[in-house]
Amino acid sequence: MTNLDFTIVLPYINLFFRGALTAVEITLLAVLIGIFIGTFVGMGKMSRVLILKLICSTYVEIIRGTPLLVQLLIFYFGLPQILGFTIPEFPAAVLALGINSGGYVAEIVRGGILAVDRGQMEAARSLGMSHAQAMRYIILPQAFKKMIPPLGNEFVTLLKNSSLATTIGFQELTRAAQIVAGSTYRPFEPYITAAAFYLIMTLGFSWILGVLERRLAAGD
Amino acid sequence: MIEVRDLHKSFGKLEVLKGISTRIDKGEVVVIIGPSGSGKSTFLRCLNLLERPNRGEIKIEGKSLMDPCTDINKIRQDVGMVFQHFNLFPHKTVIENITLAPVKVRGVNPKEAQERAMELLNRVGLAGKAGCYPSSLSGGQKQRVAIARALAMNPKVMLFDEPTSALDPEMIKEVLDVMKDLAAEGMTMVVVTHEMGFAREVGDRVMFMDEGMIVEEGRPEEIFERPQNQRTREFLSKIL
Ligand SMILES: Nc1ncnc2c1ncn2[C@@H]1O[C@H](COP(=O)(O)OP(=O)(O)OP(=O)(O)O)[C@@H](O)[C@H]1O
Ligand SMILES: [Mg+2]
Repeated sequence: MTNLDFTIVLPYINLFFRGALTAVEITLLAVLIGIFIGTFVGMGKMSRVLILKLICSTYVEIIRGTPLLVQLLIFYFGLPQILGFTIPEFPAAVLALGINSGGYVAEIVRGGILAVDRGQMEAARSLGMSHAQAMRYIILPQAFKKMIPPLGNEFVTLLKNSSLATTIGFQELTRAAQIVAGSTYRPFEPYITAAAFYLIMTLGFSWILGVLERRLAAGD
Repeated sequence: MIEVRDLHKSFGKLEVLKGISTRIDKGEVVVIIGPSGSGKSTFLRCLNLLERPNRGEIKIEGKSLMDPCTDINKIRQDVGMVFQHFNLFPHKTVIENITLAPVKVRGVNPKEAQERAMELLNRVGLAGKAGCYPSSLSGGQKQRVAIARALAMNPKVMLFDEPTSALDPEMIKEVLDVMKDLAAEGMTMVVVTHEMGFAREVGDRVMFMDEGMIVEEGRPEEIFERPQNQRTREFLSKIL
């Protein structure tokens, strides 16, 4: 215990802050992609068109049934072999995380839609709305509200998972800790510092989410 | 106006409608009564294809609902429906509930739709609630908004599925009064209800359903005072 000295990370503290910012950046973009993909895939899984249902279910199963780390490696190291060009680290990380998130968000979307009372769809259809109109104006707005808590959890999970982008050499928070550990020959302090950064971000986000949820609950 | 011929509907193995045939004329108020599970709701929901019949024919103003070429969204615009549990859109204000379909489905311009919605709200006695969300309304108020919402599409027929069953007793009258006015104005109505007073006073015809069939139908006084069928008599003796 006596040889612990956290001041050794101070000269590198900007590296940590920049890493944290990048982690939030990738996560936000990935979640947006995830929501976009997830909305369509989630609805597709509930479609009566069999082929659509099959494609969407397969997507969700593959994403959820394989490790994110392997997905990242396929994306960054595997795909260039087929495409003939490399995808730069940032878009590769964002895309891989986003596509991964899409699989989980799809289930969240499906759950959200199923949680909307059946009578809502019936009322909308009985007024002459098409299925698409009923979805857009009646079901999805209500489903999104129900999806906010699980989407918040997905954001937290993804923020932590963004650390895996380190493996493709991406300069984010975990990578910052690696660099500092390498140049100071003291791994404990930098990794604890990185962990503290993640913890503060996830706790902060959970708190914001809690406030938001209470607001929305009051709106009903 | 509405013609139903040999209508059959099953849920899996359970046969719920076993050959319903009837016709409903323009301006007629038909009240459907019958024990729980007899298929009243299912029949009503077949009339705007919320349930798809397995067999038989339904025609509304000559247009077949069973014809795959018929645009069902178009048909539904002319068939208003009021549900037991109101099914108002909770994320929209009262006036948005009413204007949404006319604007998005019929393409009415928003200003006109607003004016018409206010007119309808006046008629159901809720003009003051236009900007409120449904959660702040009582059950009776919700149901009156739901009626206004259906009327905003200018339907030719209105279907009511136990519109007062989920209401506290003191709110039933305000909803029935709105329905009575509507009947007096000549709206064609099909009403599933347990309100026998309403059936007697407003109904042109009472239809008694049991086990997926129309057992007996006729003028309210005939059905209530001189029921011909044993099952009708039993049912009426239980509820009157
Ligand atoms: N979507 C469905 N899936 C399976 N069974 C159903 C479905 N809807 C209705 N049923 C069954 O069909 C039968 C008739 O139901 P229906 O709702 O038409 O009766 P009802 O006369 O309206 O009864 P109540 O007075 O209780 O409303 C019931 O046995 C019911 O359980
Ligand atoms: Mg019923």
